[in-house]
Parts: sequence; C-alpha cells; structure tokens
Amino acid sequence: MISGGNNERLAREFFRNLNLPWPAEGCSVEDALAALDPEWLEEFGLTAEEIPLRLAEFLETMTRASALRPLRSLTVLGGRDKAGAPEEAELRLVPGDAVSVVGPTGSGKSRLLADIECLAQGDTPTGRRVLIDDAPVDEDERFRLGGKLVAQLSQNMNFVMDLTVAEFLEMHARSRMPDSADSDVEAACAHCFERANGLAGERFAQDTKVTQLSGGQSRALMIADCAYLSRSPVVLIDEIENAGVDRREALALLSSREKIVLISTHDPLLALEADRRVVIRGGGIRQVIETDEEERSALAALEAIDRTLREARQQLRYGESVRIP
Amino acid sequence: MKLITIAGPPSSGKTSVILHLAQAARARLGVVKFDCLASFDQERYEDAGIPVRTGFSGKFCPDHFFVNNVEAAVQWGRRLGLDILVTESAGLCNRCSPHIAGILAVCVVDHLSGIHTPRKVGPMLRLADAVAVTKGDIVSQAEREVFRHSVRQVNGNAKIFSINGITGQGAFLLAKMAEGARDVETLTDMRLRFTTPAAACAYCTGEMRIGEAYQMGMMRKMEFGE
Repeated sequence: MISGGNNERLAREFFRNLNLPWPAEGCSVEDALAALDPEWLEEFGLTAEEIPLRLAEFLETMTRASALRPLRSLTVLGGRDKAGAPEEAELRLVPGDAVSVVGPTGSGKSRLLADIECLAQGDTPTGRRVLIDDAPVDEDERFRLGGKLVAQLSQNMNFVMDLTVAEFLEMHARSRMPDSADSDVEAACAHCFERANGLAGERFAQDTKVTQLSGGQSRALMIADCAYLSRSPVVLIDEIENAGVDRREALALLSSREKIVLISTHDPLLALEADRRVVIRGGGIRQVIETDEEERSALAALEAIDRTLREARQQLRYGESVRIP
Repeated sequence: MKLITIAGPPSSGKTSVILHLAQAARARLGVVKFDCLASFDQERYEDAGIPVRTGFSGKFCPDHFFVNNVEAAVQWGRRLGLDILVTESAGLCNRCSPHIAGILAVCVVDHLSGIHTPRKVGPMLRLADAVAVTKGDIVSQAEREVFRHSVRQVNGNAKIFSINGITGQGAFLLAKMAEGARDVETLTDMRLRFTTPAAACAYCTGEMRIGEAYQMGMMRKMEFGE
C-alpha cells in the first residue's frame, strides 16, 4: 500500500526523523520495516509494533497538512472597547478584499488582529466574535486553524535560513505539498520567483542567498511567497517599508490570489490603496471608511510625489546627478 | 489543581510563554522551575506575583532529579491552593522528557533555533500535546510554515501555537487548552511518557578522570569503524 512514488519518499523521511536506518537504496517500505532491530528501537524509546502504526499516522498527517478548506468569508462582530462600551461594528471580509487598519499606537490594532488569529468567540478581553463562512467556530476548528489562518508580513521580519532563493522556495513548497510531484513543486517555485522579481526594484538571481537580499528584495520575495506558497487565507501586512517594492502590484497580487488582506499602516499610499479602512480608537472599531473618489484623486497626487522620490533614488543608485523634471 | 509540564531547549522562551499563560489564564498559577546549575527566572516570576520554587539538579541527571521531585512539587502547589501548577524544565540533552501520561504536556521551541530543531529535540516534543513556537515575529512567513511542517513531521497530533513572547499574542489559545487540563491530587503510580536516560556509571557518582580504567557501570560506546 505504501510502495513507490511520493509515499515512499515520505516513508524515508519518517525513518530519517526517527533516526532509523533505511536498509538499502531501492528497498521497499515493507522490507525497511522488517529490517528494524528491536534492541536499537528500544534504546530510542520505540517498539517494533508501534512503528507501522506511527508510519501510517505520519503519512496521513502529511497529506492532511496540505489540505486547508478554502474560506468564503471572515466576519468580525463587535464586542466592547477598553472602557467597556459596546463596539458597534460588523466587518465582513471576503477573499480578494483589502482593508487597512489605522489608529494611534496602543489604540488596539494588535488586539483586533489577535482576535482574528485566535478566532475569538466572545471569550477574549474584547468580547469580539469572529465568524468563518458566517458561522461561529467550534473549539476543534479553532485549535486546528490557530496559527494557520493568518500569514504575516512585517518590517521586523528577516530570513534566517542559510539557503539560496531557489532552495528556500523549494523547501517551502515541499512543506506545503509534501505529496506532490516534483514537476508541480518546480512550477510553483518558478512562478513565485518570477513574480518576486517583478515586485522588487532590483532583480535578484535564483542562487542568491536569501540572507543577502536587500530590504526591498526580501520584502518582494516574502510577498510573492505569501501569495503563491503560503496556505493562509488571510495576510496581515504591518508597516511595510516603501523602498524598493511596488506596493500597488503587491496588493493586486495578493488580492488576485484570493487572499483577505489586512494592512496595518499609516502610509497614505498603502492605506488608500485598500477599498476600506478600519479606524481603531480606545480598543474598539470606531468607524469603517470607504475610500471615496476624493481620496482616490488624493492618492493619484501622492503617487506622483512617490514616483518623483523613486526616480531620485534610482538616479542616486546609478551614480547620476539628481534631476527632478 | 491542574498540572502542566512545560519543557524546551534553553533560551527557547519557556519563561515568557509561562508568564503570558498566567496572564491569559486568569487563574492562580504557580511554577516549579527545574534547572541544572543556574537560573535567572525566579525574579521574573516573583515580579509578576507568581509563586515559584526553583530546584537545581547539580551533578544529578536533570530528568532523574525531575521525577524524584515532581510529586513534592504537586503537593506544594496544592498546599498553596493553586489552580494551575506549571513545571518548567530545560531539555539539556535533547533526550529529556518530563512529560507524564495523562498530564498536559507542552514543548516550547523557537524559530531561531533552526528548522531541524523539532526533529532533534526528541521525546519532549514528539510526545507533547501542544507545541508552543516562539520568536515567529522576526522570521519570514515561509520559515514559520516550514518550521510548523517540521514539528508535524515528528508529532502529527500536537496542537501547534505560535506565541509572541514579547506581546503574548497567541497565548490565549494555550490558556484555553490549559483550562481543559485534568485535575490531579497526586502523581503516585502515574507513568512517564518516555524512559529517562539510563545513568548509573562512574561519572554519575562524581568521577572526573578520563580513561577506560575509570569507566564503570552502564555505558555506551560509539563505533568509529576504520
């Protein structure tokens, strides 16, 4: 039942995890199980009987891990603010939506995100409730989704693995699709790499170490990776720096990949790019503002200023004198 | 009183996780810290108003030391009238596992320790009911997902929580899980989830000299081949 192809690759990974010897290249899973030495197993706290069961469990977990039910909507129902006053708000988000979250430091922006992340059911300090597909979420689902629902991108994040861009993407893709064919993994990585380069101000190569990418390139790779390889249906962007990433393109990419995008920012270029913005004060949602026509024209004016700044930056980068047209 | 065993490599953020757990659980929580030679966490707990006792294993195997003292720790917690007692111990040899069958077992690991860490720390992670992963706020989303996958590779059933040790974000669900932990009056006759290291050799009794002549008792020799 578990010979050949991807299952055999997974079985070998299972053996490696438990520090069990795989007898010989090309040997079947059954033979590998039969060759296990009970004394060796005992030393590592394992028994010969439990290994096949654990292997079956492992194969199941690894295939289950790659499936996450698509989300149709996410709704936040108001609770109470820091003063205990009711929070009159209902925020319903569907895939492709982008909203910005604004408010001074300490106003409760992180609280809102924390409520979404743990799928609050009226039991967190804010009393908020979060619905998925318009229904409350039971305990099992909360624990299962906890940590997987929201992908985060922030200014403070860095790559810490000592890998090239290609290796990095492959590693992430493999963890996402442990039972997929090599060609599918390669295609997903290639696509992600191309889009990341499209977002970055300066191109980078597949064999560049991720730790050597510039700030903008890192951000671009993280965004493309979130869009193509992350399974999380919600993406939170926290004050992403403006240098070196095409932010409009980035948002368009995430939206096109059916993500719900929340942007915590006071950068007008980014905040106005969203369709709506949530205003937080005193621990509660005070208002949800739709970006109107006047703001859109303000955005156009701000973008012109931003373009000028980017051009000046580009002139500096290539050793030219700065000239503003 | 509910009991939780929390274990994890040194500096993985166990104390921060426990402090945030105490805050989120809104219950009377106490800590018994098991360490080897030195610990600097006593003050952090005291500052937070959390009752704490620290035990140092010194020259004894930390795991054996833990098992020999954990029942007394439980009785201390009960005398204090705690709602939750947490034992905190560092898995110094990666083989340590203070987890007890039927008692909520949590392993703390951090993103900066590298993605192979979950596969190296052994039974304290493999046999845990929950894995709290810290320091996720400074690595990329991809690295967080790969790390989670790496945890899954050795423990397919544990609930995985991402906890920010600075802000406490993520501790809420762990507190939720703690509320459901079972009540204990005594650990007597309960069983560990994993054997402790076999340790009855000359070095256990204080031997310091190196060489075949001084090696006695149970030991294991590596094979180096040619």
